[in-house]
Amino acid sequence: MNAIEVIPLNWYLLLSTVLFTIGVLGVLFRRNAIIIFMSVELMLNAINLLLVAFSSYLSDSKGQVFVFFIMAVAAAEVAVGLAILMMVYRNTKSSDINVLNKLKW
Amino acid sequence: MTALILLTSLGVITLLAEIFSFKKLLYPFVLVGLVATFVINLFDWNLSRTIFYGMMQYDHFAVAFTSVILIVAFLWFLMSDSFFKEETSVTDHFSLVLFALAGTVIMVSFSNMTMLFLGIEILSISMYILAGSKKDDLGSNESAFKYLIMGAFATGFLLFGITLIYGSTGSFDLAEINTFVASHKGSVPMIFYAGVLLMLVGLSFKVSAAPFHFWAPDVYQGAPTVITAFMSTIVKTAAFAAFLRLFYTSFISVSEIWVSVVWVMAALTLLVGNVTAVLQTSTKRMLAYSSVAHAGYMLLALVAGNIYSSSSVLFYTLAYSIGSVGTFCILRIVVGAKGNDNTESFNGLAKTNPFLAFVMTVVLLSLAGIPPTAGFFAKYYIFTTAFQAGYTGLVLVAIIASLIGVYYYFRIIIAMYFREGSHHLITLQFNHKLVLILVTIATIALGLFPDFIIGML
Repeated sequence: MNAIEVIPLNWYLLLSTVLFTIGVLGVLFRRNAIIIFMSVELMLNAINLLLVAFSSYLSDSKGQVFVFFIMAVAAAEVAVGLAILMMVYRNTKSSDINVLNKLKW
Repeated sequence: MTALILLTSLGVITLLAEIFSFKKLLYPFVLVGLVATFVINLFDWNLSRTIFYGMMQYDHFAVAFTSVILIVAFLWFLMSDSFFKEETSVTDHFSLVLFALAGTVIMVSFSNMTMLFLGIEILSISMYILAGSKKDDLGSNESAFKYLIMGAFATGFLLFGITLIYGSTGSFDLAEINTFVASHKGSVPMIFYAGVLLMLVGLSFKVSAAPFHFWAPDVYQGAPTVITAFMSTIVKTAAFAAFLRLFYTSFISVSEIWVSVVWVMAALTLLVGNVTAVLQTSTKRMLAYSSVAHAGYMLLALVAGNIYSSSSVLFYTLAYSIGSVGTFCILRIVVGAKGNDNTESFNGLAKTNPFLAFVMTVVLLSLAGIPPTAGFFAKYYIFTTAFQAGYTGLVLVAIIASLIGVYYYFRIIIAMYFREGSHHLITLQFNHKLVLILVTIATIALGLFPDFIIGML
């Protein structure tokens, strides 16, 4: 029995769901753009955790390979995201998303 | 498969143009490259093979949707030459668009969840940058930012869905998932169903189906007009192809859990999209809402789930995309001449520019679904598909919605022909003229000979 399987699978599921939900709520309710990015990352990391747990329990390496793809893509997304944020900041001098109200919701 | 390799290498070559300074030749080079890719892509028609160790399946569905995307991309490049001339970083824009196209090719031909995820991300990350390509314009900034946040948010849901499905079936392969579900009927773990619904939410964000459509009008309005045209045609086509492919390959045997959800979403999308479009004064925003509404029609085919679904979506995306490219091209020309995109800008266009007004009428009739244009048959096939599958109520909602749609499309036609306005003669560039002629011919030809496309899949 390896170290991951000391904890039952359901606990991983529960932990990931809670982390994911915290991320979702962060995206929906926080007003600062950087915190929103962090929340998105939290969502993705919750997914990574769950994938690794599943992968270990199924004794199947595909899940862990998928985690690498998620990490790489998340890095690319954040790079683009921070560039866009910089662009917004240069024009508005603020990282609060309430200044972005030119287009009505 | 060759289409994917060609598009990616085309993208890499355009990046090299900056170093080896052949920027001037880049535009014709990319156009020729797209035509070549289109032709070579057709040779893959009957191969129907699994490639990259089962990661992608290049079947009829994939070739047909790739061809639609390439046709629309060619028209799109023709209409948006000035987007590539105005900017300082031309090569980046070319390569971003080409990489986005490579992403769409993956999205129509994946047979593994990994490729679905990568295809969506390759497309989306390029689109975030392109949406914000007017760096000093606050509207463009806001559009890019909202697109990024909503895109990443949707990807989160999609990935959580993929993970739960992986956890319950032990595979990312679409066919293996289907086999697992079919052989374990009744004993599939609950998390599998949760996964299917989470993936549905994620993909609904991507195709801008209500109630997850709220980002679309803002993003479409803020982005540069050519990028809006790209998003509402090519991105939507690819997203719907991915939607169909995923749900018909993997989740068809558990259709009872998602069909009713998609039913409600389709009805809601149709009503919200069409009713809100009526209330808009900005033509660009109106077209954004109409794009949301068109997603609703395509969801009808997804609900129906019979053998005609994919071919009717194929026809619909082709007819709709061609019509949209024409509309956005004219919108861009008129906005260039008048300075704003209110419906009043179109007043009296027919007197001074009869050609523009005529093309606009044809494409708007097509979008509204009036015979003998392509849009009529597109709607007709979708409605009959849904009707044959027994969804009479939903077809009724769709018919009412398309009647509302006729109202706001005709508002522009009436403005052009029956309102007084001050328009000067607009001299058209050669490539714009070419796009408009091609769009008109295609719209009418598809309306007169629809069987050619519909029998393909």
